[in-house]
Amino acid sequence: MSRDAGRLSLILLFMPFVLWIGLLIILPQLGIGYYSLREKVGFNQFEFGLKNYVDFIGEPVYRNTLLRTAWMSILVTILALIAGFPVAYYIAKIAKERSRAALFLMCLIPLWVSDLVRAYGWIVLLRETGVISTALVKMGIIGQPVEMLYNDITVVMGLVYTVILFMIVPLVSTLQGMDDALLEAGYNLGGSRLTVFRRIIVPYAMPGIVSGCIITFMLTAGSYLTPILLGGKNSSWFTEQIYNQFITRYNWESGSAFGVSLLVFTSFVVWAGLRLTGQSLATTVAKD
Amino acid sequence: MQGSRHLLWIYRAYVVIFFLYLVSPLLAAGVFAFNDSMFPSLPWQGFTLDWFFSSEGPKLGLFHDDRLLQGLGNSFYIGVIVAALSVAAGTCNAFLFERKQFPFKGALYVLMVVPLVIPGVILGISILVFASMVANFADQQFGLFLTWLRPGIPLVVLGQFSFLTTITSLVIAARLQKFDISLEEAALNLGASRLRVLLTVTLPFLVPALFSAFVVAFLVSFENFNTTLMLVGSDAPLTVTMYDRMVKAGSTPVLNAVSVVLMLGSGGLALLSVLAQRPRKAG
Repeated sequence: MSRDAGRLSLILLFMPFVLWIGLLIILPQLGIGYYSLREKVGFNQFEFGLKNYVDFIGEPVYRNTLLRTAWMSILVTILALIAGFPVAYYIAKIAKERSRAALFLMCLIPLWVSDLVRAYGWIVLLRETGVISTALVKMGIIGQPVEMLYNDITVVMGLVYTVILFMIVPLVSTLQGMDDALLEAGYNLGGSRLTVFRRIIVPYAMPGIVSGCIITFMLTAGSYLTPILLGGKNSSWFTEQIYNQFITRYNWESGSAFGVSLLVFTSFVVWAGLRLTGQSLATTVAKD
Repeated sequence: MQGSRHLLWIYRAYVVIFFLYLVSPLLAAGVFAFNDSMFPSLPWQGFTLDWFFSSEGPKLGLFHDDRLLQGLGNSFYIGVIVAALSVAAGTCNAFLFERKQFPFKGALYVLMVVPLVIPGVILGISILVFASMVANFADQQFGLFLTWLRPGIPLVVLGQFSFLTTITSLVIAARLQKFDISLEEAALNLGASRLRVLLTVTLPFLVPALFSAFVVAFLVSFENFNTTLMLVGSDAPLTVTMYDRMVKAGSTPVLNAVSVVLMLGSGGLALLSVLAQRPRKAG
């Protein structure tokens, strides 16, 4: 086997990778970076500068929308972790061998259903003329129909619903690798349930927790349908602002600045999370 | 031990409630497709299949609604093309990262994973911006009108391809990692050419992974909304058509019917991909 043939196959295998990452990821990102630095001074006349970013920071509506999106995404991530961990632990450790696969598959079912269908299901359930409201009136628990859509609690609940599976799947796969002997050793050495949880289970599950949190956070911050459909026109979600700038106002320059800001912001949160927990992107996200 | 018994029951109850939470919106979206009413809500007016098959208004069924059918067709078309492309590119990437040694491999591997963590909306706008920069450049410099770089199906395909390739690469690479390299060496020792070994030994081993990567890519493409919304032209796929209908015309049970079809279709395909990944009894 000659070395030339090896080199040739390496180059051939590299081609699709370079074209894909170069033309569809790197250059487009540079493209919005470039657009975001352009200022429109006249018809088809542009100057370079930071005006789009200055406008963005100077306008409280935009700034607050980004902050609101960020803290709601962090809240959703934490809630998804708290709600999802027990379920993942149950599937990985407590369920019997046979029901384990079935439970895991059941967890995956909503994953295969479009965001749109899931949000639509919540609308059918929660709106004023919806199932829950009507049923409660029929049962005489409430006097008149209530609107349960278009508030922050519903948006957070819907977002947790949309992303929790991406939390559970990595958690289950990490926890399944944990040897039960570790837990027994912990109890035998006199550890309480809480100590075993804190000192053995959580450290062991850390890569799964981190990768689940990263995926959940990115998906939430970048989500579009759920906040808009469940939160209504005034959901103030940042991706909606990007869409408005691009499609409604056709202001690509400022839309690009918004996009870059969101990307920088979310990347920063992910980077900080990785640093705080001492994990790396390749060992967490890529593992699944 | 009494306390721990109770705890276990509470724990089980929690898991049951969690699954109810998972299923309830899907159930709600599904059940009301069969309600003989103009609105997807209670009271229950009796069972009907009108929202699927009725050929005239006001209850125009899904299978007679031209715009929804057109959307379904577009989604199917886009999904098949994107899945085929991303499986091809994913296979190359899997071989590249599993079999080859080259400088900066770790950094390039991270780069390969990155598209998964970029929000879909941003992937969409960045490809939209870049494509129109290229199109404008070609127009001004060479007088070429590259219409396929304007919003439409080709851009949707590119946009979805950009992150689906990461998924297919990971799925295929995971399978390739399990391959016993000595099988290839044995075939080579027996005098087979490289190409023959690839076609008769390695690729057949990868077939289950290729199949499930294709199915996953097709499904994710079919359901994608965020990236697609930014790149869509006049030929909207089903999710965008359904969203338009929801926002502009309000919800009627025909949208529930669409949901049922989507759930059945994707559920069936997902099951197929799980079965394909399962090891054969003999093996």
